[in-house]
Amino acid sequence: MKDPVDVLIIGAGASGAAMAWSLAETKMHILCLEQGGWMNPAEYPSTGRDWEAKFYGEWSSSPNVRGRPEDYPINDDNSPIKVVNYNAVGGSTVMYTAHWPRLHPSDFKVKTLDGVADDWPIDYDALTPFFEENDRMMGTSGLSGDPLSPLTHPPMPQQPLGLSGAIIGKAMNKLGWHWWPSDTTVATMDYDGRARCINLGHCTPACAQGAKSSTDITYWPHAVRAGVELRTHCRVREITTDENGMASGVVYYDNDGVEQFQPAHVVIIACNGVGTPRLLLNSASSRFPNGLANSSGLVGKNLMFHPYAQIYGYVKEPTDSNRAPPTCLWSKEWYDTDLSRGFVRGYGVQFVRGAGPVFEAVVSEQKGILPWGADHHRVFRKLNGHRLGFSAICEDLPEEHNQVTLDPVLKDSHGIPAPKIDYTISENSRKMMDHALARGREILETAGATDICVNSPIPWGGWHLLGTARMGTDPERSVVNEWGRTHDVKNLFIIDGSIFVTSGGVNPTSTIQALALYIADQMKQRLANLFD
Amino acid sequence: MPDQLSLSSRQRDDLRTIAAMIVPASDEYKVPGADDPAIQADMLATLGRDTGLVTAALDHLARLADQPLAELDAERRDAVAQEFRKHGGAAAAALVRVVLQCYYRDDRVLRSLGLELRAPFPKGYVLPDGDWSLLDPVKAKAGTLRRAP
Repeated sequence: MKDPVDVLIIGAGASGAAMAWSLAETKMHILCLEQGGWMNPAEYPSTGRDWEAKFYGEWSSSPNVRGRPEDYPINDDNSPIKVVNYNAVGGSTVMYTAHWPRLHPSDFKVKTLDGVADDWPIDYDALTPFFEENDRMMGTSGLSGDPLSPLTHPPMPQQPLGLSGAIIGKAMNKLGWHWWPSDTTVATMDYDGRARCINLGHCTPACAQGAKSSTDITYWPHAVRAGVELRTHCRVREITTDENGMASGVVYYDNDGVEQFQPAHVVIIACNGVGTPRLLLNSASSRFPNGLANSSGLVGKNLMFHPYAQIYGYVKEPTDSNRAPPTCLWSKEWYDTDLSRGFVRGYGVQFVRGAGPVFEAVVSEQKGILPWGADHHRVFRKLNGHRLGFSAICEDLPEEHNQVTLDPVLKDSHGIPAPKIDYTISENSRKMMDHALARGREILETAGATDICVNSPIPWGGWHLLGTARMGTDPERSVVNEWGRTHDVKNLFIIDGSIFVTSGGVNPTSTIQALALYIADQMKQRLANLFD
Repeated sequence: MPDQLSLSSRQRDDLRTIAAMIVPASDEYKVPGADDPAIQADMLATLGRDTGLVTAALDHLARLADQPLAELDAERRDAVAQEFRKHGGAAAAALVRVVLQCYYRDDRVLRSLGLELRAPFPKGYVLPDGDWSLLDPVKAKAGTLRRAP
């Protein structure tokens, strides 16, 4: 039998890495089990001439399409939004756009302000120092002073405006609407061993330059140097409990597929809003027949995705195409509730600079704007290198019928039951999406765009996996308490996006990591009485 | 190679014919069609995980045409292609994608588009910094972040 570790973290992605690094200073024996392996940037798509084609296969954002040994299948047939993720050291930070807004202070008090959903048990101010610490560790770039966003202090200057940014900025100015250069985790100068961005363009499926921060090149090197043990290609099947109802360790399959048991004094789950409820439900036992930490019945419930309403068009001037990071600007013009719009809450906007030639051809053919035959060449030259995009990240409110359960049939390569998603877009979200599309159309038309196309929702847009093990002070209405400890099992913590109470209208990774650092800090302050 | 062997001679002929219908050669733009031998060879060599769907698409095409696509008269061939594009589903979409992703990485095509014949890494691209005075109206207008109680 293996020696017990002090702390066992499951998952080496955004939150697991931040937690591991933060706890390392305690000098406890910290072990992280990760189902994927270390990435090799020399194999990233942008190193080859077939860089765009790879996004449709081995570098697809969908684990169901990608089907790497490290991935687990997800039954998302009953959802208009498909789950996308990445499984490796670094998790989905390996494959994300590096757009880096934070939740706003008002996002933590939606019940008080707008009478919907629930307030968080913590507020923005509690997270402020951890947002700052996380920005330093991840290495952010941006322009401080956005009047409609929380104040940030990015250590690096913002990305260039580029051709696309200038066109968007002029259109937004004509309309009198807010825009601002995005905070991103794209390094605009050499930073902490990372080389600055050289505009490879194909940022989302991993950055060969290392300019886009992912936790395999930010937190993990520091954590490993500080003594954290990271065991890769280890897939956890279940968390075990002892006669006192405490977590006793985990059962996992090692790199050779051999079942192992790893005892631990503290278990921390960092598997995202789909992987975490899957693991808790797969950890059902005679003591916890409905799944571990599930006395509330809310494990897997309240799944929030952020429905994306996307609209794009083509301007006469050249845009940045694939020769720049894809996102550069945001707008918070419609972030806050204005009931005259016909819906509650709001959405953030991220503008998209353009696309590469293969993506342009494939998508435009599917949309029916790129013909077959003799006219193909003329039309393609009008489209390629002229695209501008607008994506609204619509706040998804928690609804219990949107959920993650265990699929009765589908299993992963180790025979572990796979997650099943049941999700519908609410009427409030639909109205929000329609509002966003109308605003996007105004912006694009003001910029002179034609051939306007819509994706609403973006089908493969389930990047943000939130809410399925929510935080709260009431054990009957939440899964973890206000510092991430499960109400039911006093040495079991959850630190990923599943603990979100509400989703806000922005990309969540910055807030996920700030929460992980906050919970790590709470644990360090309570080491003497962590289980009381 | 196994992927090449998985397509029959008839299927390869039909693939070449439908590829030329999607992207024909153009003297005006000085580009080959997607039926060009080098582009076809690229498709066959890199079918990989798409082999199943592309094979299904070609089977569907064969059923619609009922004979080699190239042997149909132009009007009938166009009708088959339209039906295939309209109702071919995921398999047809995969076939079209395979055609386009190989076509738009061909040296002659990229050169015609004014694009460099290289992977993005390691050279990258230069992005103009732009005129940040565009942001002045936003700064002047300011605004207020909604406060939480």
